[in-house]
Amino acid sequence: MMQERLQELQEEALQKVSAASNLKELNDIRVAYLGKKGPITEVLRGMGKLSAEERPKMGALVNVVREAITSAIEEKQAVLEAEAVNAQLAAETIDITLPARPVNKGNHHPLTRIVEEIEDVFIGMGYTVAEGPEVESDYYNFEALNLPKSHPARDMQDSFYITDEILVRTHTSPVQARTMEKHKGQGPVKIICPGKVYRRDNDDATHSHQFMQIEGLVVDENISMSDLKGTLEVFLKKVFGQEREIRLRPSFFPFTEPSVEVDISCKICSGKGCNVCKQTGWIEVLGGGIVHPNVLEMAGFDSKKYSGFAFGIGVERIAMLKYGVDDIRHFYTNDIRFLKQFHHHEA
Amino acid sequence: MFVSYKWLQEYVDLSGISAAELADKITKSGIEVEGVEKKSEGLKGVVIGHVLEREQHPNADKLNKCLVDIGAEEPVQIICGAPNVDKGQKVAVATVGAVLPGNFKIKKAKLRGEESHGMICSLQELGIESKIVAKEYAVGIFNFPQDAQVGEDALEALGLDDEILELSLTPNRSDALSMLGVAYEVAAILRRDVKWPTIEKEEASEKASDYISVKVEATEDNPLYMAKVVKDVKIGPSPLWMQTRLMAAGIRPHNNVVDITNFVLLEYGQPLHAFDYDRLGSKELVIRRAKDAEKITTLDEAERTLTPDHLVITNGTEPVAIAGVMGGANSEVKSDTTTVIIEAAYFKGSTVRKASKDHGLRSEASARFEKGVDPARVREAGERAAQLMAEYAGGTILEGSVEYNDMKVEPAVISITLNKINGLLGTSMSVSEVQDIFTRLQFDVAVEGENFTVTIPTRRGDITIEADLVEEAARLYGYDNIPSTLPTGTTTPGALSDYQQKRRKARRTLEGAGLFQAITYSLTSAEKAAQFALEARESIRLAMPMSEERSQLRLSIVPQLLEVVKYNNARQIDSVALYEIGSVFLKQDGEQLPEEREHVAAAITGLWESHLWQGEKKPVDFFVAKGILEALFDTLGVASQIEYRQAEVKNLHPGRTAEVLLNGVVIGFIGQVHPTVQKELDIKETYVFELSFKALAEAEVAPIAYETIPRFPSITRDIALVVDSATKAGDIQSIIVEAGGALLKEVQVFDLYEGDKMEEGKKSIAYSLKYFDPERTLTDEDITKAHDKVLAAVKDQAGAELRG
Repeated sequence: MMQERLQELQEEALQKVSAASNLKELNDIRVAYLGKKGPITEVLRGMGKLSAEERPKMGALVNVVREAITSAIEEKQAVLEAEAVNAQLAAETIDITLPARPVNKGNHHPLTRIVEEIEDVFIGMGYTVAEGPEVESDYYNFEALNLPKSHPARDMQDSFYITDEILVRTHTSPVQARTMEKHKGQGPVKIICPGKVYRRDNDDATHSHQFMQIEGLVVDENISMSDLKGTLEVFLKKVFGQEREIRLRPSFFPFTEPSVEVDISCKICSGKGCNVCKQTGWIEVLGGGIVHPNVLEMAGFDSKKYSGFAFGIGVERIAMLKYGVDDIRHFYTNDIRFLKQFHHHEA
Repeated sequence: MFVSYKWLQEYVDLSGISAAELADKITKSGIEVEGVEKKSEGLKGVVIGHVLEREQHPNADKLNKCLVDIGAEEPVQIICGAPNVDKGQKVAVATVGAVLPGNFKIKKAKLRGEESHGMICSLQELGIESKIVAKEYAVGIFNFPQDAQVGEDALEALGLDDEILELSLTPNRSDALSMLGVAYEVAAILRRDVKWPTIEKEEASEKASDYISVKVEATEDNPLYMAKVVKDVKIGPSPLWMQTRLMAAGIRPHNNVVDITNFVLLEYGQPLHAFDYDRLGSKELVIRRAKDAEKITTLDEAERTLTPDHLVITNGTEPVAIAGVMGGANSEVKSDTTTVIIEAAYFKGSTVRKASKDHGLRSEASARFEKGVDPARVREAGERAAQLMAEYAGGTILEGSVEYNDMKVEPAVISITLNKINGLLGTSMSVSEVQDIFTRLQFDVAVEGENFTVTIPTRRGDITIEADLVEEAARLYGYDNIPSTLPTGTTTPGALSDYQQKRRKARRTLEGAGLFQAITYSLTSAEKAAQFALEARESIRLAMPMSEERSQLRLSIVPQLLEVVKYNNARQIDSVALYEIGSVFLKQDGEQLPEEREHVAAAITGLWESHLWQGEKKPVDFFVAKGILEALFDTLGVASQIEYRQAEVKNLHPGRTAEVLLNGVVIGFIGQVHPTVQKELDIKETYVFELSFKALAEAEVAPIAYETIPRFPSITRDIALVVDSATKAGDIQSIIVEAGGALLKEVQVFDLYEGDKMEEGKKSIAYSLKYFDPERTLTDEDITKAHDKVLAAVKDQAGAELRG
């Protein structure tokens, strides 16, 4: 009789557990069947009437029934809880294709990118970065570079003078002279000098009255033209790509002798000839040469013992070639739409 | 320098070398050839025709009906609009089917009812620039000499089928400013000989010295002056071949005498001048410096005022030429000239340069004198011109010449060792290779072991030292043959200086905070130069600015950045955030050069945070700019040395501006641009800062020392204080920090209330105070003790009451 009742209760409870649709219902079932006032407790109370033999059997049965109901509730609870979490998560779903909250982020000016890249190449080769004033004396800007006042080559660089003796520098070369003086005739000197320079040019697509140069100088014993060639190869391949070739052409600068102009093979046509390289397959990128003995001597170096090479790079030109910028004025207009294009790291 | 490929062949054998190949070889060995141009490229069908008949077009006043023999079976009828066309002329005819510049094809046409089988051409119509067309043909058609062969190719006769090499000469290579000079270069490259023109001439028995005397007073400016006299010349056109050569070189033909002086200038590189003897006004030439305010009317009919800086040729009383620059109108060779004085002289470069610059007259002649002509060629050029005048102007050369000659022509002798050459180039040339190069250049070279003693011809005035010879060796050896090496020798550590590293870090911090780096001009207007200057100083002005807008060196960067904001705002870019690190220029008393101080500046406007679909739009304000500055101070390690002080700065909003102090010294400002200035510039609310970057980067920075990570909990107490509206939050914070003692680790403002629930003239500021001891857990008692001190201090020093 009691056994049947328990079987009935178990079936009934398991059915209800299985039908429960939420945690509250489930809890109500737990209280209803397993609580102190529940039917099983009631069954237990009625055990007093049983014989001493039957009592332990019935006790065991009650436990089995309780266990069965409890574990059914637990299982169901786990299911319901998981369902609740899933429902919650489903409700919390967002559209991940909506735009992100922007993080404010600026970047280097393209000219600074070029300057830092070049600085780093040369620092890796043991150079230091020397800087000098933008307002210079005629002496450092011209005379110390073998350009005496009457020199016809001064025509090549029409300058912004402030007084007869002072001007805004027309190139970064005066930093060479200043640095060499500081070395008091003792090599080695290995520097590059980035900076702003100024010339009397009307601003147009290819001219700017203000622009940037990087000057390089090495003075030591036994420095040769082949060292210049090798150094520039390392640098130009780093900036323009390993597959570029370089070529030196004879040229003239008052502060170097012999002087060279340096071309790289055209990236656009790989040397076959196109509009960018004016059909020559080559693009002129910089000038340099062996430091003129007068320049060494004026800066206090013995030109019999020491020799050196120097080169000068137009930063805008490099940037224009590297990024394909078609108008030099963009670098100084600072249109945000221009500046923000130079944002990511390039190999 | 334009070099005719055809003409050059007269001085050096070019067989087997095309113009393009030659250009490439010249470029590779040192003189850049910018291009090779063939004027007749794409043109065809132009022949020499003979105008047999000319009559007025029956239906048009300005047209002529011509019958022209073009070497075909029958003469053709051509309608011609040129005013100067006439019977008997030899002319250039573009026949039916011809192609002219611009791919203009000639077809049979009917003009006002008359048939036209071709076109009689002007030189311009054949692609020759107007400025080099002889004045008599400037308007109308060109006339060939009468001996021109009918039916022959007119383009060829005009030398348009020639190929012209455009040489871009560096200032040192003035030796190549002549056909002979180029011939020497080409001869060295090709290992061929130079052929000089042969000068054979007859001279009359009459002596030049009977006609003229020469007196040089300015001997330093003019060490050599030679005058030749040619009489009985007949002025007329020069031969067509000479005219075409002048045009190929870009020089306009005039008449035979003038053309000959120009021809010799191109051939020898020696400028010459021809005076009309009868117009000279005397029988003497006196070369001297001009008197002050002396005047001359030059050939271009301009009256010029001279100074003692200028060298002049005079007739003993008045100037007849500015030496080396331009002749005077008073002694010009004209169509009636019969006796000519040829001047061949050496004028000092710097003297000619000064005059040419002062008068804005740059000519083929002045360009050559300025760079230095070959002293050994002066006299020969004069003789050559005389010969050509006898030949092509029918003149008679008087015997001898009249000269002043104090010219010392001493070729330079330079000794150099093989070692020096190979050492400077990194090559391993042999003695014979080097000797061969000098020989090809036609330098005299004596070899002794590995020593070379080289005598430099005077035409190569650019070669004066060993390094110059090294260059000659390098360029003919070929730069392609020089190996690539890297400097060996003492190793040097490469690194950025501390300052340079700080500059890079500052850039990264500012960019990480959202600012774009700008680079603006250092030159600006007087007004802008000083607009936001940190200290009142006079800006530095250029002696000869190109415009007022770019006339002064900047004293601050902000005005330049505001220009950039304006530029962007005008292009619908409303949010702009920029910084620049760059120099400003401060005049220094008693110093030649100004102080160049590196500043860091920024301009920020528009939206700072915007996340539109979430409804967030936060415009830039003062505290955005201040936050960026503090990130910068933090990076540079100076945060604890910085103070802000509310201040009024010119052109900034008086209530929204602070001075920034580093260790008590003002180093810059931060604030909103004054609304009036914003309006003037037509920009929106913009915040700026500008500080001495130099001061920031040079400040002493404490080394980083590790502090133990706290093992004990900290305890936070919040207080809301009621203070006078004018009381500064920062001041109260300082009081709290001071009073809080060692246990107080952090103070933060977390609320500010100035609303209507406050008593008039009061505001509430809430601070969060964090207490903590690294050694132990704080007790309530410890904190209360410290906190009470804080409360007492703020009440005492700032009248702050705890908000109830």
